[in-house]
Amino acid sequence: MSLDYENDGALHAKLIEEVLSQYPDKAAKRRKKHLSVAKSGDEAGEEGEVLSECDVKSNIKSIPGVMTIRGCAYAGSKGVVWGPVKDMVHISHGPVGCGQYSWSQRRNYYVGTTGIDTFGTMQFTSDFQEKDIVFGGDKKLEQIIDEIEELFPLNNGITVQSECPIGLIGDDTEAVSRNKAKEHEKTIVPVRCEGFRGVSQSLGHHIANDAIRDWVFEKKDVEFEAGPYDVNVIGDYNIGGDAWASRILLEEIGLRVVGNWSGDATLAEIERAPKAKLNLIHCYRSMNYICRHMEEKYGVAWMEYNFFGPSQIETSLRNIAKHFGPEIEEKTEKVIAKYRPLVDAVIAKYRPRLEGNTVMLYVGGLRPRHVITAYEDLGMVIVGTGYEFAHNDDYQRTGHYVKNGTLIYDDVTGYELEKFIEGVRPNLVGSGIKEKYPVQKMGIPFRQMHSWDYSGPYHGYDGFAIFARDVDLAINNPVWGLYQAPWKESPDRGRAIAAE
Amino acid sequence: MPQSAEKILDHAPLFREPEYRQMLAEKKLNFECPHADQIVADQGEFTKTWEYREKNLAREALVVNPAKACQPLGAVFAAAGFERTMSFVHGSQGCVAYYRSHLSRHFKEPASAVSSSMTEDAAVFGGLKNMVDGLANTYQLYDPKMIAVSTTCMAEVIGDDLHSFIQNAKDENSVPRDFDVPFAHTPAFVGSHVDGYDGMVKGILEHFWKGQERTEAKGTINIIPGFDGFCVGNNRELKRLLDLMGVSYTFIQDASDQFDTPSDGEYRMYDGGTNIEDVKKALNAEATLSLQYYNTRKTLEYCEQVGQATASFHYPLGVQATDEFLMELSAISGKEIPETIRLERGRLVDAMADSQSWLHGKKYAIYGDPDFVHAMARFVMETGGEPTHCLATNGTSAWEAEMEELLASSPFGKDAQVWAGKDLWAMRSLLFTEPVDLLIGNSYGKYLERDTGTPLIRLMFPIFDRHHHHRFALMGYQGGLRVLTTILDKIFDKLDRETSQTGVTDYSYDLTR
Repeated sequence: MSLDYENDGALHAKLIEEVLSQYPDKAAKRRKKHLSVAKSGDEAGEEGEVLSECDVKSNIKSIPGVMTIRGCAYAGSKGVVWGPVKDMVHISHGPVGCGQYSWSQRRNYYVGTTGIDTFGTMQFTSDFQEKDIVFGGDKKLEQIIDEIEELFPLNNGITVQSECPIGLIGDDTEAVSRNKAKEHEKTIVPVRCEGFRGVSQSLGHHIANDAIRDWVFEKKDVEFEAGPYDVNVIGDYNIGGDAWASRILLEEIGLRVVGNWSGDATLAEIERAPKAKLNLIHCYRSMNYICRHMEEKYGVAWMEYNFFGPSQIETSLRNIAKHFGPEIEEKTEKVIAKYRPLVDAVIAKYRPRLEGNTVMLYVGGLRPRHVITAYEDLGMVIVGTGYEFAHNDDYQRTGHYVKNGTLIYDDVTGYELEKFIEGVRPNLVGSGIKEKYPVQKMGIPFRQMHSWDYSGPYHGYDGFAIFARDVDLAINNPVWGLYQAPWKESPDRGRAIAAE
Repeated sequence: MPQSAEKILDHAPLFREPEYRQMLAEKKLNFECPHADQIVADQGEFTKTWEYREKNLAREALVVNPAKACQPLGAVFAAAGFERTMSFVHGSQGCVAYYRSHLSRHFKEPASAVSSSMTEDAAVFGGLKNMVDGLANTYQLYDPKMIAVSTTCMAEVIGDDLHSFIQNAKDENSVPRDFDVPFAHTPAFVGSHVDGYDGMVKGILEHFWKGQERTEAKGTINIIPGFDGFCVGNNRELKRLLDLMGVSYTFIQDASDQFDTPSDGEYRMYDGGTNIEDVKKALNAEATLSLQYYNTRKTLEYCEQVGQATASFHYPLGVQATDEFLMELSAISGKEIPETIRLERGRLVDAMADSQSWLHGKKYAIYGDPDFVHAMARFVMETGGEPTHCLATNGTSAWEAEMEELLASSPFGKDAQVWAGKDLWAMRSLLFTEPVDLLIGNSYGKYLERDTGTPLIRLMFPIFDRHHHHRFALMGYQGGLRVLTTILDKIFDKLDRETSQTGVTDYSYDLTR
């Protein structure tokens, strides 16, 4: 149900020009490559075809001093990939801050007894002091691992998430991990995700993926009876329960989800992954690496899917089913039919309230493209989108989603985003916590699209209903009408109202 | 199917529906390879014992759920309290994303700061180029009046020298030569956010005061509030008191407007804060008062060096701490404490007297920054409560000694214990083995509330899961009323919950309490 519309490319090109004119020359030259207006593709409109080209430079260094919204490799590894693995203890190895600021902030839901057999919403840190910098922290790390074993004996493994200083002072966390793993007969994974590595969260994802390959796969005999319909869900972090709202659908169509990476995951789910028949990847950006590895090494095929909004869910379910043949396909049609009344009712309720509203997005990972159709299912129009840490292949994929004239911004700066929003005045902005309050001050409704603004799930049919409700409550809240003190109302505005 | 368009269920009710419960139970059984329920239950029980507590408190290396953050967070907060000041944090960029998020989640407000975005090559060659380019970009894009530079641990480990880097950047015309770029080295592996606050404020004062002639202006006072998640409410309340007294004062560092901008259609990147001109003039003040000693140790030393009298407090909250603060103000300024303030004091005492029966003998566990814990313990004792556990992860041995002295000053402190340097996983053991009635801390304490059943009162930064508390003052007599009411509400709500079962416990569900 792709909406047919075009965006005001000329306005967007002008906005780009305006923001660039404010930078010093050197920075303007560099930023120019990250900003563009999507142009019509050759075969626009047909399913699976490219709708537009989003030609920007990406995955290169941020410019100093411009207020990039990006994070770091540690955030990509501990915060995204490893942190949600619930039965392992993840040590934020280095000073206290990184672990403190990321503590419980990604809403990776899980079931378990925290502090006893699961450790998700806890902050384990080596709390580096000056002496650890001067003399090295390997001895301390050894002691930390011993203390974890004593106080949290039901942990099923430990990861060592390196913060900036570790790589700079030359600690050998690999040696410590290897020795201690042998001593305690536990999986211990050193992850070299120091924050200065790479240009964003992205390299942290890659390093975290590699650590799975090098420190988890083939380290134990995995006893597991493989079945014909076994799949892994890869790159679903169960934010607000996303992975659960997805799993329920995959099980309903007859598949067996033998591992979910990494929301609500246990180490066992990661270890057995190579035995599955198919890897279903949601967040391509953060976990494509390990899917490619599993394909090469173990022959596990992988496919991307999108569980945001009914159009994409239907398409994805059918594509997934096709992989398994008629029996699953038949069940899939039944599942789609079963949820159709819910979808219809949700759209009937909310589309009239949201039709034609414009949206600007700025997120990470998969969402700057994946959520677009979910908004369009509600009759909304995407006027701008961009990624914090995308690569070229993400922008290629974005062309399948965005329309001609859409404003595209890579690694946007605080300044640019503010000016773009001011210039476009969309009806809704979807971005992160750092962007939320500036946007709301301008009187523009906002939803956090990392944490689902403490709501969710947004995946699956159950999630779509919540998504629709949340978008509606953001846009149609009466508070936006109270911004102007009545005695300050401009005469222009007064006349406009009277003329209606 | 649990979901419907009429009644949309989000995560809280949705996953309690039978379809999801069954799905999750099967996931656990078939795919998670969990420990046997009995083993988990046994370990859970074991963590409640004295034996576990001893092991837990004997930890030397591992830190679990600490109640402190790192220095640059304090520096960024400090810089936000000066007129049109942009924080520029030299080092890795992910850190800055974290500070901004952390502050925004607490204040529900924008929090601006930039990074010099150092990466692997800068780790090898140093971050000079990042500083030179970064200052130029920040200056041009964000139109600041001052750029306050602090550091992440990456820049500290490789030893970048801010003083010479900033000089270099000025030489290369990144910013005009006379543009103010104060700085502070804020290594994350030393101290905590309260020290970062100290460093940045000192850096700013030094920047403006160094080499300047001081002409003492009698009776004028500088006030440094310290790192305070309640600065919005507190600073405004303190100014009201100071104005009532007619004191001539300057707040040095005041983020109360920056973290409380109105919604009227305009996004203000900068709002309020101490004027640069006022910072310069503040050199002449007769005295500088710190509201939080452990946030300002170095700054106060510096103020003494330039010839100012200094005095410090521990988060003036409650009756006697406010008394002392006002009397000190009066002594330095020569202004009398007006009758209106005496009446305010009387009203707080009146409220405490009205409610004393509900507070007397209540046991508390209190954690947070050192000055706050001192203040809360003192106020709790004023109400007849017992501060059984007083914990500050960033508390020093000096703080511990000062706490011991405070506790020894009242019979209500005789069974109290002070836990300097301990974390909230240690607190968990303390609450299981020596339970209390109430826990005072921040949002992280909710995990302790869940595990131990101790009701949590949120009065300390950061508060993520409740809204707007920080907009109300805790300091002064008015603040005392707010704290008192918050504690009482928690007590009454709990009692009502415990007595609300119809026909079983509701004889005690009293209408009047």
